[in-house]
Amino acid sequence: MFQIRIHGRGGQGVVTGAELLSAAAFHEGIHAQAFPSFGSERMGAPVVSYCRMDDKEIRLREPISAPDALIILDPTLLQSIDVFNGVDPQGFILVNSQRSFEELGIADFVASFPADHVCVVGATELALKHVGRPVPNAVLLGGFAAISGQIRFESVEKAIGEKFPGDVGAANVAAAREAFEIANTASRAA
Amino acid sequence: MLKQMEGSLAVAEAVALCRPEVVCAYPITPQTHIVEGVGALVKSGALENCEFINVESEFAALSVAIGASAAGARAYTATASQGLLYMAEAVYNAAGLGLPIVMTVGNRAIGAPINIWNDHTDAMALKDAGWIQLFAETNQEAVDLHIQAFRLAEELSCPVMVCVDGFILTHAHERVDIPTQDEVDAFLPPYEPVQVLDPAQPYSIGAMVGPDAFTEVRYLAHEKQLQALRLIPEIANVFKDVFGRSSGGLVHPYRTEDAETIVVALGSINGTIKDVVDQMRENGGAIGSLSICAFRPFPLDELRAALINAKRVVVVEKSLAPGLGGIAAPDVRMALREAPLPVYTVIAGLGGRPITMAALQEVFEVAGDDRLPDMQFLDLDYAAVEHELVRARQIRRSGPTAENILKHLGAPALASGE
Repeated sequence: MFQIRIHGRGGQGVVTGAELLSAAAFHEGIHAQAFPSFGSERMGAPVVSYCRMDDKEIRLREPISAPDALIILDPTLLQSIDVFNGVDPQGFILVNSQRSFEELGIADFVASFPADHVCVVGATELALKHVGRPVPNAVLLGGFAAISGQIRFESVEKAIGEKFPGDVGAANVAAAREAFEIANTASRAA
Repeated sequence: MLKQMEGSLAVAEAVALCRPEVVCAYPITPQTHIVEGVGALVKSGALENCEFINVESEFAALSVAIGASAAGARAYTATASQGLLYMAEAVYNAAGLGLPIVMTVGNRAIGAPINIWNDHTDAMALKDAGWIQLFAETNQEAVDLHIQAFRLAEELSCPVMVCVDGFILTHAHERVDIPTQDEVDAFLPPYEPVQVLDPAQPYSIGAMVGPDAFTEVRYLAHEKQLQALRLIPEIANVFKDVFGRSSGGLVHPYRTEDAETIVVALGSINGTIKDVVDQMRENGGAIGSLSICAFRPFPLDELRAALINAKRVVVVEKSLAPGLGGIAAPDVRMALREAPLPVYTVIAGLGGRPITMAALQEVFEVAGDDRLPDMQFLDLDYAAVEHELVRARQIRRSGPTAENILKHLGAPALASGE
């Protein structure tokens, strides 16, 4: 089983991000379960969502406390909540930011992880460039596919296209592809 | 067809495949996505010959369903929590009148304190209203139970409540096999009412019944539930023949043969429990579990048969009878009334408190040594409770309990109502 936890704020598409991840996993032919943290979500409030992937049926229903991967949609959360709580020391960390881990103040923390498992991608800027709206969720899934190797980009593309048919989907796919390439290059250089 | 989709939308598609003719909708979290989903299918034309009625309350939702059903239409609605309580009078009426309405309950806690998250308090509050109550373990089963529910309801002329854990199932995206219209049509014949309000052949339903006949009418309501005990497994078998998978039925035993400890539960928590069972079995634990799919009628014989050879039973339930303990556990004890087995009650998951494998395994291990008290609250914060008890003893005007507990736990934003 591979478990992903997504942190962000209300309005960033945290819940939809997990949903898209599970759909991408479905297209890989594996079982996947996505669910939100079930809060009274409001714009700007911290929101958490979860996604599990496995070769067999997923029966477990508890929240993910020991994730294999973290996707952080809003780096300002790094200062306010313990987003890294329980993460696997060999796991994956993807942060939506144009700044480096040093600039984000977490270089020491991520240094203990395999270098090709951690990555920053400026997904909000990519979303603005391609989609015209600052919604980083679908974009980061491209980055996740690149660093984790759990799902192929084609499956991410298919999941985004199903959820957002037409131009919006195509724009998100373009942004996600650029995120995939940035993360792929960064993780190969690491 | 296999799809990756939200539980609520899967239920909506299943309901639409059953060709309801009247759907009454009033939104309440966490059920809202279901009726929204059905509404979208009506609007798109995917669900034809269906009147989708937005009503002004849950009481109206079920009352309109009652009227529609009495006039011979296949009727459906969905609700949760306070919404179910608000329609309580109509819930009893639908059963008393013998109207085969199917209703989804997206299980949620009941306030006060207000809480939108999952537990089973809502369904348990109406467990004895005369409805058949089925509990889904997965979203696949939620889909399948709705299809079975219409057939069951209409064969018996009795309403059926399909209980689906709010958020945990309704908002979970997972793999679901949505059947084709042809498959559902082959399984579910058109609605043939046993009673119908028809101006051409007028009669009234809903007569006043005095002491001379009330007991007999009530007895027949009980008898109908006993018929359901036979019919539920039969329908599950036919379902398996048509759709090729097992779903529904009265109970689902899991690794219960030679189990010394058997855990009994309702709904989606059975998935987590099965994972705990597997983990403990790997380490040599003699443990199994049993999911109660049909809670009303209550399958006394099947439970007895499945549990009688165990050394102890642990009922994990998401509901509380304050002043007594569990709500399902006394019924399980009834099934074991001649057997000297301890039946422990573990109250868990109230108001959406996560139920973790670690916490369950710990409590099952303690139960295995027969060191569990009769009733236990899983993961209860005893310090917070004790702090409030002491406070209330010391200060007469100690204030509202919920707010005090939140303040103690350091949640000032919620406590001040922000």
